[in-house]
Amino acid sequence: MATVSLQNINKVYENGFHAVKDLSVDIADGEFMVLVGPSGCGKTTALRMIAGLEDITSGILRIDGKEANDETPKERDIAMVFQNYALYPHMTVAENIGFALKLRKLPKDQLNAKVKEAADILGLTDWLDRKPGQLSGGQRQRVAMGRAIVREPSVFLMDEPLSNLDAKLRVQMRAEVQRIQRRIGVATVYVTHDQIEAMTMGDRVTVLRSGVLQQVDTPQNLYDNPDNVFVAAFIGSPAQNLYDAALTEGARSLKLGSQEILLPEAVRTKRPALASYAGKDVVVGMRPEHLPAAKPGETGPTLVGDVNLIEALGSELVVHFTIDAHRVIAEGALDKDEAEAVGAGEGVARVEAKTPVKVGDRMTFAIDIEDMQFFDTQTGLAIRG
Amino acid sequence: MRNRKRVGWHKYVNGVTISTLVTVLFILIPLYWLVASSFKPPNDLNNARLFPSSFSGGNYSNAFVGYDFGIYFRNSLIVTLATTALVLVLGTLAGYALGRLPMRGKFTTMVILLIISVFPAVAVLAPLYLLLREIGWLNSYQALILPYTAFNLPFAIWILRNYMIGIPKEMEETGRIDGASALRTVWSIVLPQALPGLFTAGIFCFTACWTEFLFALTFNSSNNFRTIPVGIAEFGGNFQVPYGTIFAASVVATVPIGILVFIFRKFVVSGLTSGAVKG
Repeated sequence: MATVSLQNINKVYENGFHAVKDLSVDIADGEFMVLVGPSGCGKTTALRMIAGLEDITSGILRIDGKEANDETPKERDIAMVFQNYALYPHMTVAENIGFALKLRKLPKDQLNAKVKEAADILGLTDWLDRKPGQLSGGQRQRVAMGRAIVREPSVFLMDEPLSNLDAKLRVQMRAEVQRIQRRIGVATVYVTHDQIEAMTMGDRVTVLRSGVLQQVDTPQNLYDNPDNVFVAAFIGSPAQNLYDAALTEGARSLKLGSQEILLPEAVRTKRPALASYAGKDVVVGMRPEHLPAAKPGETGPTLVGDVNLIEALGSELVVHFTIDAHRVIAEGALDKDEAEAVGAGEGVARVEAKTPVKVGDRMTFAIDIEDMQFFDTQTGLAIRG
Repeated sequence: MRNRKRVGWHKYVNGVTISTLVTVLFILIPLYWLVASSFKPPNDLNNARLFPSSFSGGNYSNAFVGYDFGIYFRNSLIVTLATTALVLVLGTLAGYALGRLPMRGKFTTMVILLIISVFPAVAVLAPLYLLLREIGWLNSYQALILPYTAFNLPFAIWILRNYMIGIPKEMEETGRIDGASALRTVWSIVLPQALPGLFTAGIFCFTACWTEFLFALTFNSSNNFRTIPVGIAEFGGNFQVPYGTIFAASVVATVPIGILVFIFRKFVVSGLTSGAVKG
């Protein structure tokens, strides 16, 4: 049971690569904190610094209020689950789970009792005598978890523990990892590049990009109120529609390509700062679910796009459309293939499953204008308050 | 399709089985000749009989009783086992350091090791002889153990290093987090997984020492320190060569290597192919 506090943590590798820049985050006791970001953003480096596997170039790391920069991994009393599980292939499941306790010279009967208890929690009781090679991916993953929880560490670290599992198992294990974490109630730092994992698992989520902290907040807040264009684009799937737009005089309307969208009074009172952007360019963001199909005689603001692809998910339709505005792609927020697939004015909307629409149609979407997000074109920061 | 299913007698008689058979016979016939001849009575040796006319253990008893083969066998065993043990211990430590630990000049070290391992032994024979004479080590076990270790170590280091590299780093990191000391990590986590590498290096080293002739002949001229290859070569006198006894001794000399390879063959195969494919 402990808190973890990172204060202005920096990591500069010998070759001069600055992997983590001035990272400050506080993780409360029992909190599930997710570090998320595209690959190479420094999240794993940050985790390894907490673990003591990587030296901290500057800054202060505190575990349970005590400075831990120079402590060995053992002294930090942490447990870590690796992406490839790193099980000892020559030991049985029981020996794998009990190895740390054996090193602590715990009496045999206590050791066995603890291993059994961990195996019970994880549903591994029938597999204790097997070697890791005889287990499925999900079982190996659970052995790795077992090895971590049996030590009753004060901090739990996980480095993309689910990324080697297939999609279905991953969803299942997502819930299981959360369940276990709640049960043992230990502060947990969980690294992933998968924003869905971040959203579904974290009490709070830390978004990193190129070693720089972008935002720390609850999943819902990240989604509703992203601090900048990067977070807006990175969090959410399908990704948020971000376009270059221009505010007209008095910020009464918005020019999005050749379309003009009226901004009602409510939007301006909610974001008084918008007034100072009157007559200037901004970036606007619209979540796919905030673009429902317009009803006949729709009076509110609308957006018209040419439909070029429809994905029927059963519960809803994901409609891909194009408009003649410039799509903003935050660097690193989408992976390369995704970014290439996003055409010039490409947008995505989630509409009701029964909406009559087919490829090639010109479709009108109603805009949930109050949920529209605005960002500064230059700084990428959200325009609020 | 090249790999069409063969039917009828083609299933058994085809290019692959025939060439395999030829290769195996090519290797086995001399071996058979050695074993068969070792059981032949003296008269049979000079005519090309495929089978002994009568089986006789005389050659074997003669090797041990008449020619001190027991001493040579003991000497070979001591020298070979000591060398192999030394090579494996040093090779493991060096291989781990070169494969894992952050240190400068790894590449240079590996290249130098490679050069040493292909260095012709005969070139260092004379200086080594002088050196050993100077420190009074001629006719001793260490006169062979140390040079053997020096010449077999580079290859062992190469094999073991490649093995260590193949062990995921996270495994050691887990060990560190679990609280294992560096030595404990090597012993409990790294070594068990490097076992195939150890067996491979061990068998190569064992075979090389067991069959080494040049150093053994040069450094240990006393009968009490002779190893098998030299001992067998010195069987007989000026006027006669006891072929039967030589064959018998050679068979006995082959047995330990045969047993070793037979027991560890699985490991050796996996050892030689490690690093070839990701897995």
